[in-house]
Amino acid sequence: MSASTPPLSGPPKAQAKALNCPNCGAAIVLRSFGQAETVVCASCHCILDAKDPNLAILQQFEIKTSDVRPLIPLGTRGKLRGADYEVIGFQRRSIQADGITYCWHEYVLFNPYKGIRYLSEYQGHWNDISICKMLPMSEGTSANYLGELYKHFQTCDASTDFVLGEFPWQVRVGEKAAVTDYVHPPRVLSSERLDKEVTWSIGEYMYGREIWEAFKLPGAPPEAMGVYENQPSPVTTNVAGMWLAFAAFAVLLLALMAGFDMRAKKEPVFWQTYRYTRADSKAEASFVTDVFELTGRTSTVQVKTYAPVSNHWIYLNYALINQDTGQAWDFGREVSYYYGYDSDGSWTEGKQNDEVVIPSVPPGHYYLRIEPESDPSLPVIPYTVNVTHDVPVFGIYGIAFLALLAPAIITSFRAYTFERSRWSESDHPPMQLSSSSGDDE
Amino acid sequence: MTQPVANCPNCGAKIVFRWSSTVQTVCEFCKSILVRTDVDLKKVGQVADLPPDSSPIQINTEGKYGNKAFVVVGRILYEYDQGGWNEWHVMMNDGTSAWLSDAQSEYALSLSSKAQNLPAPTQVHVGQQFTWNNQPYTVTVITPAHYRGVEGELPFQYWDKTDVTFVDLRTESTKFATLDYSDPEPALYLGEFVQFEDLKLKNLRSFEGW
Repeated sequence: MSASTPPLSGPPKAQAKALNCPNCGAAIVLRSFGQAETVVCASCHCILDAKDPNLAILQQFEIKTSDVRPLIPLGTRGKLRGADYEVIGFQRRSIQADGITYCWHEYVLFNPYKGIRYLSEYQGHWNDISICKMLPMSEGTSANYLGELYKHFQTCDASTDFVLGEFPWQVRVGEKAAVTDYVHPPRVLSSERLDKEVTWSIGEYMYGREIWEAFKLPGAPPEAMGVYENQPSPVTTNVAGMWLAFAAFAVLLLALMAGFDMRAKKEPVFWQTYRYTRADSKAEASFVTDVFELTGRTSTVQVKTYAPVSNHWIYLNYALINQDTGQAWDFGREVSYYYGYDSDGSWTEGKQNDEVVIPSVPPGHYYLRIEPESDPSLPVIPYTVNVTHDVPVFGIYGIAFLALLAPAIITSFRAYTFERSRWSESDHPPMQLSSSSGDDE
Repeated sequence: MTQPVANCPNCGAKIVFRWSSTVQTVCEFCKSILVRTDVDLKKVGQVADLPPDSSPIQINTEGKYGNKAFVVVGRILYEYDQGGWNEWHVMMNDGTSAWLSDAQSEYALSLSSKAQNLPAPTQVHVGQQFTWNNQPYTVTVITPAHYRGVEGELPFQYWDKTDVTFVDLRTESTKFATLDYSDPEPALYLGEFVQFEDLKLKNLRSFEGW
């Protein structure tokens, strides 16, 4: 470039404009460098044409300002999604349902490079909202946006009650828009129909404390009341995933069970039938069996006892004794079986069979010491003792199964109750709630 | 780098062309609208003061689209009932030209596309579908707009406009199309919405306090 070239005269540095309200003379600050269409005078609440150098009055509205106050004051800057945003506008909107007015607040946020985004607040629930860049596809009770399915939550007529500051559209108090919300927590997809124009926006749930942090607000945010339409469930676990994991574990358990069952030798090593007689009971009660051998690895030993008792019992004090080492496993088993009739009909109690598994018995030569006891009124009780080496143990699998099942059920229940409260506020309340809330009995 | 240089027929200031295919430019000093002829520059009009504008983009802003670098060389400024927007004419480093639009900080990049049998403005209605390059587009908005001015270099003559109609068509993805009825022959632009961050813009305008 030659020296004769005058310096480039780029556009002047943009400045926030200070003007005065044509109605009351109060100072009006335009913070959005010309992006605003309308601006509302904070003192007389005239809606002014922000595009007009003279700020022509577009609408005046009456309001009791005492009860409408933005939680984030206009002009406050905060960091949202990594960029600074300034609050430039505020509006209160409301819907009527069953004769009750529900109000929420919307904040217009501005960054000269990133543009406009919005925050909404309803009873302590916040949403970070931006205009959809792509066109969502709505079909009946759902909508699709960026490949995600959103469920219809509610459709209502939202009217604008109160406005303050700047708006990038022609805002008017009293204007009604048909708002339809579709949810896919933590996101909400909304369409607003005003006349023939439809605007789609996408919001993401934010907690009050996040807003307070972002805008460095004093004090604490208002507490969130109830469950909001797109509030993420506190059940952060993916419930379906949990059940899938549970199913996978269950299959694994079954496979393990099958594997161990196949591997188990289930080898009968001893069986013998004895007779318990009263006469014996007066003598030395205990006796020892023949020696049997447990071969192979350290494994389980199952002792089965069968006694054809009826309305009787026999109790057996067992000891499994290693002949080589003297190591003993003591256990007592009762076999009892009772039956009869009463006013409820027939009943039985107990069984004629009993079995017990002793874990981790090393290989070696063993015998049983048995000491039977019974009611002396019955002279003879025959009983059979069966010893099987290396039987699979399934009880532990049952415990593991329950240990996995319990959290899945508890989580599912918590997720279910949360979703129930969410949808009870929608156009599609869960069946039971809609019928019980109708008549407060 | 050699750039074609000429002088403004109105004020004599040096006119530098950044893009070799420029048809029209605006003198930075006297705001004369100049059209390139075979031999020299001809003044065809005068740009009135452009309205204040909130765009962070300006002439000479540089950026990237995919793996191509670009520089902003011109713009057309429009107004409609919801505000104004800019169509920034950008020159890609491969010599092609494209349009970067910013409407209230929504950025989109589009290219002029050739298509047969474009509909007349009276034949278009919201909800209608068109397919170009195997991509279906749905008409979402028909915007009556008002031409407000030009700046810098443009690939065609564009200066004696008043009311122009634009038809916006969107898809389920970031792709969009615009039908431009500025001229008797409709023009089609196909493009996509882009994220401000992805454009990696440099030499942006500064805003006081930001």
